[in-house]
Amino acid sequence: MKASWWKTFLVSTLLWAGVNLAQAADPIKIGSFLTVTGPASFLGDPELKTLQMYVEEINAKGGVKGRKIELIHYDTGGDAKDAVSFVKRLIKSDKVDLLIGGTTTGDTMAVVPDVEKEGIPFISLAGAVEIIEPVKKWAFKTPHTDRMAAAKIFTDLRKRGLSKIALITGDGGFDKSGRTQILKLAPEYGMTLVADESYGNKDTDMTAQLAKIRAAGAEAIINFGLGQAPAIVTKNIKQLGITLPVYQSHGVASKTFIDLAGDAAEGIRLPAAALVVAEQLPDTDPQKPVLLAYKTKYEAKHGPVSTFGGHAYDGLLIAVAALERAGSADKTKVRDAIEQTKGLIGTAGVFNMTPEDHMGLNVDAFKLLEVHNGAWRIVE
Amino acid sequence: MRLAGFYLFALGVALLPILFPDNYFVIVVGASAGLHVILAVGLNLLMGYAGQISLGHAAFFGMGAYASAILTTRFGWPSLLALAAGLLATGALAWLFARPILRLRGHYLAMATLGFGVIVHVILVQATQWTGGPDGLSGIPALNLLGWRVDGDEQWYGVIMAAMLLVVWLTLNLVDSQVGRALRAVHGSEFAAQMMGVDTGRAKTQVFVISALFAAFAGSLFAHQQAFVSPDSFNLTVSVELVTMVVLGGLASTFGAVCGAIALTLLQQGLVVFEDYEMLIHGALLMAVMIFMPQGLFVGLSQAARRVRHRLKRRQPLPST
Repeated sequence: MKASWWKTFLVSTLLWAGVNLAQAADPIKIGSFLTVTGPASFLGDPELKTLQMYVEEINAKGGVKGRKIELIHYDTGGDAKDAVSFVKRLIKSDKVDLLIGGTTTGDTMAVVPDVEKEGIPFISLAGAVEIIEPVKKWAFKTPHTDRMAAAKIFTDLRKRGLSKIALITGDGGFDKSGRTQILKLAPEYGMTLVADESYGNKDTDMTAQLAKIRAAGAEAIINFGLGQAPAIVTKNIKQLGITLPVYQSHGVASKTFIDLAGDAAEGIRLPAAALVVAEQLPDTDPQKPVLLAYKTKYEAKHGPVSTFGGHAYDGLLIAVAALERAGSADKTKVRDAIEQTKGLIGTAGVFNMTPEDHMGLNVDAFKLLEVHNGAWRIVE
Repeated sequence: MRLAGFYLFALGVALLPILFPDNYFVIVVGASAGLHVILAVGLNLLMGYAGQISLGHAAFFGMGAYASAILTTRFGWPSLLALAAGLLATGALAWLFARPILRLRGHYLAMATLGFGVIVHVILVQATQWTGGPDGLSGIPALNLLGWRVDGDEQWYGVIMAAMLLVVWLTLNLVDSQVGRALRAVHGSEFAAQMMGVDTGRAKTQVFVISALFAAFAGSLFAHQQAFVSPDSFNLTVSVELVTMVVLGGLASTFGAVCGAIALTLLQQGLVVFEDYEMLIHGALLMAVMIFMPQGLFVGLSQAARRVRHRLKRRQPLPST
């Protein structure tokens, strides 16, 4: 009996000492909640790997202003309810200084009420424009919005003199949000929608919807989606012998899409971040060295790079720069510093934030790409 | 003292935040456990007492949540009125579905309720103009209880715990009433119950509606507490989790359901630290409980406690005569 008391005493003393040591070093705590498992894991997985990789690098170089960074991460599995609970835990229990996370728009929007109430700087990695419009005091984001993607596609359509478009989208959050933006922007660019079809993201054949589109007299087809479905749409278009110009979204801007769609991908255009075509940029492009550095580092450790990991890289970069400028981890100061981000070159483009714009990217941050001989090519 | 256990439970619930003020695991996890208890206790009435399985219970939870969310954000209804409307709508729908669905038995009933849950989930995802689609609905105003705005985690702990205690108290009384006895008769043998003069169809419908109402009630609170709802919080996985809570805690015991709900909520929060092994340990623990405590946590633990007490008593030397 006595021995076990001694053990308890010893363990708790050690624990206490450990806690005190940790307090002495006083790291800056960054909380993150990402979708590392579940259907959206292809987004969250590279994001987490990127964060871990760069936090390690920053700490090896001595941290931020002499303070190490501690990354505390929870996996939401894509459930907004869990995202809310983990954000509460990060704020209340782990007492983090700022938040980077929210792989999906659902996860992000779910935690915004808590973030605003508690007043903690939050950089989201999700796409939809509703995250920053209307502007929320504490919420920022790094990826391009779906509205920018729609605008980029429409600009190119106008250049080619096409105006009758057919839309086909899936039933996921990314698809639905993209569809909303396309419907909203179409009149501004003088586009008329002649067909608006939808499919389930797990469907394996979309020929029925595409046959309807063929009969509708469209001049171009736009497909907004993630994962396998857009590749199937692309293949089906080829199988039906439809020769209209086809546009995909930035959601499939990866080599995987070309591999899945095969020959059918030839000639397809889509808006994407410059990361996908880093090598093809002119040497005068200020983004080129940043992109190549990230790409090389990521690919050396984890395999093919994706734009999604890039969003996490941008988020961490913005946060660290803001922490340095703020000179402390004080939440209000860091928030103000993030809002003053100017001319910061990330993987998604050049960030210039303002009190009205909590993303700070303009449409030029997107490149229009075309599949040519099984690889991406920049179209200008 | 039929309700002695209940008063003890209520005392514990009230003391926790006083003993551990401003503690995430009490305030936030506690509130989340409270909602699970309301859901599990309701489902246990249906599964444990009446012996009817439901794999679509998250649908009722979702209907309550979305009723509150849509009516307050899109139509500017006061939150209490929206809650009442949600209860009314869910109750009415449950009553309509109860008769045809509860005619089925065993696997067929499981399939029908499962289908019901999936249909509701599909509607939540597809009816974008109402529900906001897969990205959900945000900006749900705070719950307004006759002028008192429930905002902040401590206040939510209070409100959810009060609601939970109310539901548990109602259930305990219901189970001991004539309705409860009729339900247990149905569970034992539906045919025998009919012979005894129990209107089994009516008894099953009643319990189905009550259980749906509890779920919708929890849903309304959930929507206001999170200020955000999305369809994924009400999918098949959630329905299965609820069934797990009821079975894990022990069927046909209200405190069993309470136990199961709390245990599973704590488990999910506690296992997060194991990261990649989380699901593995989760599954292994559930299997272990079912193998070693087939009657559920509540019965299993109280039996274990009794055994320990017995053993301690036996160790004491017999009084010399």
